[in-house]
Amino acid sequence: MNQLKNKNIKLLRKLFFSTLYLSALTFGGGYVIVTLMKKQFVDELHWIDEEEMLDLVAIAQSSPGAIAVNGAIVVGYKLAGIAGVLTAVLGTVIPPFLIIAAVSVCYQAFRSNQLVAWMLEGMQSGVGAVIASVTFEMASGIVKERNTISLLIMAAAFAASVIWQINTVYIILACGLLGILITFSKRRMKS
Amino acid sequence: MIYLQLFLSFLQIGMFSFGGGYAAMPLIQGQVVQTHQWMTMSEFTDLITISQMTPGPIAVNSATFVGIKIAGIPGALVATFGCILPSCLIVTVLARLYLRYRKMDMLQGVLGTLRPAVVALIASAGVSILIATFWGSEGIIQPVTVRWHLVAIFLICFWLVWKKKKNPILAMILAGIMNVVWNLLSPLLPIS
Repeated sequence: MNQLKNKNIKLLRKLFFSTLYLSALTFGGGYVIVTLMKKQFVDELHWIDEEEMLDLVAIAQSSPGAIAVNGAIVVGYKLAGIAGVLTAVLGTVIPPFLIIAAVSVCYQAFRSNQLVAWMLEGMQSGVGAVIASVTFEMASGIVKERNTISLLIMAAAFAASVIWQINTVYIILACGLLGILITFSKRRMKS
Repeated sequence: MIYLQLFLSFLQIGMFSFGGGYAAMPLIQGQVVQTHQWMTMSEFTDLITISQMTPGPIAVNSATFVGIKIAGIPGALVATFGCILPSCLIVTVLARLYLRYRKMDMLQGVLGTLRPAVVALIASAGVSILIATFWGSEGIIQPVTVRWHLVAIFLICFWLVWKKKKNPILAMILAGIMNVVWNLLSPLLPIS
């Protein structure tokens, strides 16, 4: 019993430091961290098998919320249940929290420096370019599917957001509901 | 009261951002810039810029940044907790269901319609950021008031990231440097 408890604490500690380290050092968003998690937990620690990891990653990517946090939750849950979830989430959230807290303290002084202001202004253009590139990549993936419903949804959601300024939450809810209706009608057609 | 508002705002962001990363951006903008006006559009754009340069999800970064700005460290904790709470509940339940049943055609169906919508919403947030950048956040949107050097920097970076597949962070740093150089040199040019 005591030995089992010891082993559990060891596992949680390892899980905490693994997620902490991945979160602190991973630049470039959720998809990158999920790949690194696979490397760490499947290839190096052999805690989870390959196929199961792929399914867990699919859950992480398809649920709402940040992919890095979701990835930590699925891995934590698989390894140690609720205690694992809490440990992994804590490990994932602490690094960005501390870094941004530090940045925000210096932000005002930082922003009022003319050179820094120019730098940030130029970088905004760069961010715009990165977002444009991501959008084009994702949109061309959807256009290639040649699915009329998807194209209509994309156009309608863009118009709803840019032209009519409808709250993003409503747009997502409406599209989710539409997805449920479509799934039901497909099921009925099959049977 | 402010803590509850922060919590509820970021709860919505955590609950409705499907697709990770950029997908949270339009929601954060809606809550933080439009609904509550905790930030101006240019501060929000700075936040996205900073998020790109530091590790961690945009939603968690924003929760921390906005929370500290509005209500100090407790505000940051409350907002961060709000934005990860839906994930913790929903993903845990799904992981549990998956480890038991392992099939989810309903989820696939919902995601099929959400994906194109999410792309459109990201595009829409991108449009807001570009407007704020090209015209400045206080400026009036007219063809005369466009800051053309920023448009040029945008086009160069877009070409680098989209066609040349350069690293986005590198392209952003380059964009910053180009703007600094432009501002230092442009007073010396005869046209201006």
